Amino acid sequence: MRITEKEVRYVAGLANLTLDDAEVARFRADLDGILEHMDKLNEVDTAGVEPMAQVLFDRAAGLRQDKVETPLGSDAALANAPQRGPGYFKVPKVVER
Amino acid sequence: MTIASLTIDDIRAGLLSRRFSAVELTTEALRFAQAENPKTGAYLRFSPERALDAALRVDQSLARGEDPGPLAGVPVAVKDVILTKGLTTTCGSKLLAGYVPPYDATAVIRLEEAGGIILGKTNCDEFAMGSSNENSAFGPVRNPVALDRVPGGSSGGSAAAVAQGTAVVALGSDTGGSIRQPASFCGVVGVTPTYGRVSRYGLTAFASSLDHIGPFARNVKDAATLLRVIAGRDPRDSTSAGAPVPDYPALLGGGLKGLKLGLPREYLKDLGSEVGDLISRGVDVFKRLGCEVREMSLPATGYAIPCYYIIATAEASSNLARFDGVRYTFRSASSETLSDMYRNTRGEGFGAECKRRIMLGTYVLSHGYYDAYYLKAQKVRTLIARDFARAFEDVDAIVAPVSPFPAFKLGEKMDDPLAMYLSDIYTITGSLAGIPCMSVPCGKTAGGLPVGMQLLTTHFSEPAMFRLAGAFEEAGGLN
Repeated sequence: MRITEKEVRYVAGLANLTLDDAEVARFRADLDGILEHMDKLNEVDTAGVEPMAQVLFDRAAGLRQDKVETPLGSDAALANAPQRGPGYFKVPKVVER
Repeated sequence: MTIASLTIDDIRAGLLSRRFSAVELTTEALRFAQAENPKTGAYLRFSPERALDAALRVDQSLARGEDPGPLAGVPVAVKDVILTKGLTTTCGSKLLAGYVPPYDATAVIRLEEAGGIILGKTNCDEFAMGSSNENSAFGPVRNPVALDRVPGGSSGGSAAAVAQGTAVVALGSDTGGSIRQPASFCGVVGVTPTYGRVSRYGLTAFASSLDHIGPFARNVKDAATLLRVIAGRDPRDSTSAGAPVPDYPALLGGGLKGLKLGLPREYLKDLGSEVGDLISRGVDVFKRLGCEVREMSLPATGYAIPCYYIIATAEASSNLARFDGVRYTFRSASSETLSDMYRNTRGEGFGAECKRRIMLGTYVLSHGYYDAYYLKAQKVRTLIARDFARAFEDVDAIVAPVSPFPAFKLGEKMDDPLAMYLSDIYTITGSLAGIPCMSVPCGKTAGGLPVGMQLLTTHFSEPAMFRLAGAFEEAGGLN
């Protein structure tokens, strides 16, 4: 067994996901099978091989010019928020007074 | 006029000869699409106002004697992971139900500037994660060729709309095969361009080192025309490529004599099926057209699935972190604290496949596993890219299947996520290398299901890929 239910709950915490008990059991089994398949990579000799993080770095457009442009504006940015106040997103209490 | 079989050239000729106006065509296209849509559910919503406004602009520019643009009056469907200003965009997720983007994706701006008419937004797997379109929070899409079967995924709605004739062309997105596989299942042309060829500004990120926007069409020339419009450098996407954009449709035609095609041994050995037979017959067509065909090897192929599912899920777990209940429409109703709100919003909002991939991605990036999984996968990705680089020293293009099987029945593969992942084998290798690839219709099975043939070329060699696909189509494919 590559992953336990305890580890599934730990990873769900890292990922900020509430999972119910049925989901924990299901994902443990799913991830176990998938991780077993992924162990196939251990067969490959990658000594001296550079990791590839991007495809076309040298031919990409690069950064745009550093000049001021009209921003989106806070009304547009806030328009889809579930809860907002004037100029800010509202969230549940973060710090106890 | 028969909306369902129109081409871009038909529309242009009709508009320029004043046989119909863009407003008349758009009105009829909307009527037809809305009437036909319930059969497949390809569209999630229509945008009649925006479409008719765009059509009016085309008619006005025609009246002024101006060129109305290469997509003038062309009805386009847009996958619902691509942002459209003022037009609800959900990514197939409950988390974004009712989300109205404050800006347009660059590809959307470009296609509208070229005179294209967006009819509406198409269904897809949630956040583009899936191979069957069954992971959408808003229900599955049915394959217009066989209504009890899936259209493929994740761009299932876009492929189905083009196949059904409710759009002339469509935009999809492809991370590991999400354009090519549904194109194959629905019997249309689907193109994944070179990585960076089309700006991803306004494409909801799934796996940033693999995400592409690309076209669907019913013929090669229309796909080439749409790609030419949306491709090119964009200051808003620092990964967009600066290379000039060739006139893809103008470069179609010309013989194939002397072109060298490679058949990867690793792709053919497991393929004893009807799909394999159809691909072999497709290869025979290329031989008749004067291509030289040779077997070759892509030795790292066997490691592509684990490599892809580590990299893609790792990037997804990071990209999807933003859906936390603060900014985007959905928030769990039952949370006392901020951290509960994040967790409950995501737990209630994401569907099973997104959760599975977020979990997998978080696991492979977590302390103690990063080197074993993520870093290892990035190194294997280098080997996969090298396989292709080496292959293209000897051949001009590679011919391959798109999927091991044709469209399967709704519900048939939902219980086994690993089996679903394994079916992506022929599309993810090209995605990992970032090379252009496309699916072109290659006959039907005895049961009448379409099968796509995949063509792969080297970075920025879309013209050669289109030339092959165009010649294959002109030769009648397998007919």
